[in-house]
Amino acid sequence: MATLDIHAHTADSHDHHDEHEHDHHEQSFVSKYIFSEDHKTIAKQFLISGLIWALIGGSLSAIFRLQLGFPDANLEWLKPLLGEWIQNGKLDPEFYLALVTMHGTIMVFFVLTAGLSGTFSNFLIPLQVGARDMASGFLNMLSYWFFFASSVLMFISLFIETGPASGGWVIYPPLSALPQAMSGSGLGMTLWLSAMAIFIVSSLLGSINYITTIINMRTKGMTFTRLPLTIWAFFLTAIIGVLSFPVLFSAALLLIFDRSFGTSFYLSEIYIGGQALHNMGGSPILFQHLFWFLGHPEVYIVLLPALGITSEIISTNSRKPIFGYKAMIGSMMGITFLSFIVWAHHMFVTGMNPFLGSVFMLLTLIIAVPSAVKAFNYITTLWRGNIVFTPAMLFSIGLVSFFISGGVTGIILGNAALDIQLHDTYYVVAHFHLVMGSASFFGFLAGVYHWFPKMFGRMLDEKLGYIHFWLSFIGIYLVFFPMHYIGIAGFPRRYYSFTSYEAFSTFGDLNMFISVAAITTLSAQLIFGFNFFYSMFKGRKATQNPWSSNTLEWTTPINPGHGNWEGDIPHVYRWPYDYSKPGASEDFIMQHIPLSQTPESNLPFEKELALEEKA
Amino acid sequence: MTGFILGVSAILILIILLLIFRVQSLVAVLKGTYNKKVSLSNKVNAILFPISFTIGMILLFWYSDKASEFYLPKSASFHGEATDSLFWITTYIVTAAFIITHILLFWFAYKYQYKEGNKATFFPDSHKLELVWTVIPAIVLTILVVFGYKNWSAITSPTLQKDRVEIEVMGKQFAWQVRYAGKDGVIGKYNYKLIDNTNEFGMDMSDKNNFDDFTPREIHIPKGRQIMLKIRARDVLHSVFLPHFRVKMDAVPGMPTSFAFTPKYTTAEMAAITGNPTFKYELACTEICGRGHYAMRFIVVVEEEEDYKKWYAEQKSWLETNPDYVNKIPENLKQYVPFAIAPKAADEKVKTDSSAVATVAPAVTDSLKKEAPASH
Repeated sequence: MATLDIHAHTADSHDHHDEHEHDHHEQSFVSKYIFSEDHKTIAKQFLISGLIWALIGGSLSAIFRLQLGFPDANLEWLKPLLGEWIQNGKLDPEFYLALVTMHGTIMVFFVLTAGLSGTFSNFLIPLQVGARDMASGFLNMLSYWFFFASSVLMFISLFIETGPASGGWVIYPPLSALPQAMSGSGLGMTLWLSAMAIFIVSSLLGSINYITTIINMRTKGMTFTRLPLTIWAFFLTAIIGVLSFPVLFSAALLLIFDRSFGTSFYLSEIYIGGQALHNMGGSPILFQHLFWFLGHPEVYIVLLPALGITSEIISTNSRKPIFGYKAMIGSMMGITFLSFIVWAHHMFVTGMNPFLGSVFMLLTLIIAVPSAVKAFNYITTLWRGNIVFTPAMLFSIGLVSFFISGGVTGIILGNAALDIQLHDTYYVVAHFHLVMGSASFFGFLAGVYHWFPKMFGRMLDEKLGYIHFWLSFIGIYLVFFPMHYIGIAGFPRRYYSFTSYEAFSTFGDLNMFISVAAITTLSAQLIFGFNFFYSMFKGRKATQNPWSSNTLEWTTPINPGHGNWEGDIPHVYRWPYDYSKPGASEDFIMQHIPLSQTPESNLPFEKELALEEKA
Repeated sequence: MTGFILGVSAILILIILLLIFRVQSLVAVLKGTYNKKVSLSNKVNAILFPISFTIGMILLFWYSDKASEFYLPKSASFHGEATDSLFWITTYIVTAAFIITHILLFWFAYKYQYKEGNKATFFPDSHKLELVWTVIPAIVLTILVVFGYKNWSAITSPTLQKDRVEIEVMGKQFAWQVRYAGKDGVIGKYNYKLIDNTNEFGMDMSDKNNFDDFTPREIHIPKGRQIMLKIRARDVLHSVFLPHFRVKMDAVPGMPTSFAFTPKYTTAEMAAITGNPTFKYELACTEICGRGHYAMRFIVVVEEEEDYKKWYAEQKSWLETNPDYVNKIPENLKQYVPFAIAPKAADEKVKTDSSAVATVAPAVTDSLKKEAPASH
């Protein structure tokens, strides 16, 4: 291994970071594990916070699935947990709305944005580009602690008497602006807005750091066309975040003004609670434009990192280069650009100008093209591979499946004429839970299974991983596929009960089935929870490069310290996907192996580069 | 007691599972399977993909057939039939794409599972393939966009018919309210500041078009005529959803919206088609609006032209049922009130000659005010 002889150079190439490392040998517990500036520790902090949030968000969905699947059941036994939200054995309808709202908010922002990007961007960017740490360790630490503060506020809001925010995770005003419209729009909404404002600060600090690190701190030889696709995905995700989160911030700020200072940005001609409000001239639709200007890119903020992780894992475990590396980058860039100009497809039936609807329908269907290219490239990567089914690989294949099955319904929903009937029905719920929720969550899990050995120096148990995968994969299809039928039948979202309508009186049995499947699938996640915490301390010890992978993080010691590499940072001589290269003895050649050392497998253009290396 | 036994057995089961887990990992260490690149599990995982896919497909087709009478209800509007056929064509296309890609995905996963001594093919890219699967989706999507655009434009920018029926639909927490134009065919002006418990629409009594407007408890519409819904909300967002007519449009406070459609089947015809004698068209809310969001049901009745006309003629104007509000009419407009105000005869049947317009003296109005509750 070429990494080993790096130690020889340590003495004469003692750079700033190495000294830095020595300084921290006697780090206190607080600076090592709590207010740490080490990107790896911060990544673990995000990971564990994200997992806790996932547990909370998932549990909330179990409660409302009980209501939807068993509307006649007596829920008195939940009273010790939910208190006054259970009245006469029934869930309070407003608390039901609070549950769906908080489930959405937690899953989208706290699990799939902070949990996914926060964990893997932080963990992998320095390790894979070859940097000692993030560009600014201090800002990175702030990013986590802002997230933590935001989490505390959001968590507190679950327990206040008037209930947490309940107007849907999209918090459309006037419902979210007027406490007299629903009790959750009082203190609960104030806490929601404060928590999200702080969350946005955290997200921006993180994103700016990711972008800076990727642009400025790549090791020698790590050109943009040699970056692993994970890094490309995190890079583009961070750009989307920097450009779109401030718009959500402004939307929230104007909403705060409307709520607290009597302005009329979103409010006009309202009569509520027996009185006519003074507000005139505002537009609730303005909020929706601002919200979805973040809201739609947000879909890609959660999806792109998952796709990046998948690219890396599928290539490694197929023992093949990712098919169409440049096409993958191109399609991610296309998705990034287009993600900013499709937002109004969430608003086809808000009464906005129909011509605008036509434009957004066209742009929305265009974004399906780069997405399709990605799916085809994943499938071709498997073709004639030599596939090792690690748990991470299984979850990655599962992701591709969800990405397709959830993606194709996007073609229907993106068609404005068809959206008229399907908008705000369970069809939409099925669509985004597959393509955005489940796909991204599988990317998250795949990443944890794949990089767990790098994070904790131990392996997750494989058998438990297999059981976890199959229960989750089949379970998720059993939960969300039937929702298509319910959606086509017109069942609206966010309904506490369907019994008062004749049109929605069918499918009671199917809803019961979905609830059973959902609660079973959620329980299966406990297997992962056990595996995660057990293996962290008692798992089998990891080897340096357990998956025979090419990227730089596997050249670090099994338990890398602050600064990542003990000696010099390795240089990079090739792209990260030299798997099963013809002529090579092994089926992988790591990025830091010079071309001049592998004359037997060099491609024609590499032969020239190899000569330059020597010169 | 049962709770205790359940708890103990749950704990026991957990302990047994943990022991099994521990034993299998120890056995694996002894056997040295961890040192091999793959174990038997690789084969099991590989075969599970095609197996679970096959079972999934059987379930998909079986259930789609079995439940076909429950999903997409028959369209009862003309534009709905067009969007339905576009919906099904698109569904067939994307289902085909879904199945083909999944067959490839899972077949490759199975076929190219790890085999000792095999080496994967180094196949980093192919411009031809990339081009093929960029161009094919692009063409298919273009076709779908064109059809979608045609449908969408036809629905959202309809040619307004002269004989259309205009109905105002207003959402509030948590009910729908509707208003018809009355005999003059014009829906009167409103102002949200005039809303009170009785005047739910905030009808402005300085506009004489309001005098004959009526606000029924059900929507009645004639089959085959263009219906123009003028939609608004007075507190928070709501959304008008008529599932059978493929109609959905948000109700926005401060920004009136509209939706035009033409019903194709009367309620009675739809009852015959669906085989449900008690069939009713329903109006639902599809934008979260608070506690009672799920309970904003409103009934729509589609009838033949003559039945509709009869029903329309029978409706009493809102002002007539709420004569208090005659007070709020400016003096110069009182002559336009379309019914006679004969207070002394409030409990008698008053024949109103449509050509003769009653003039109401202030004194008369006052007495009407006092007696009004008695008459209703």
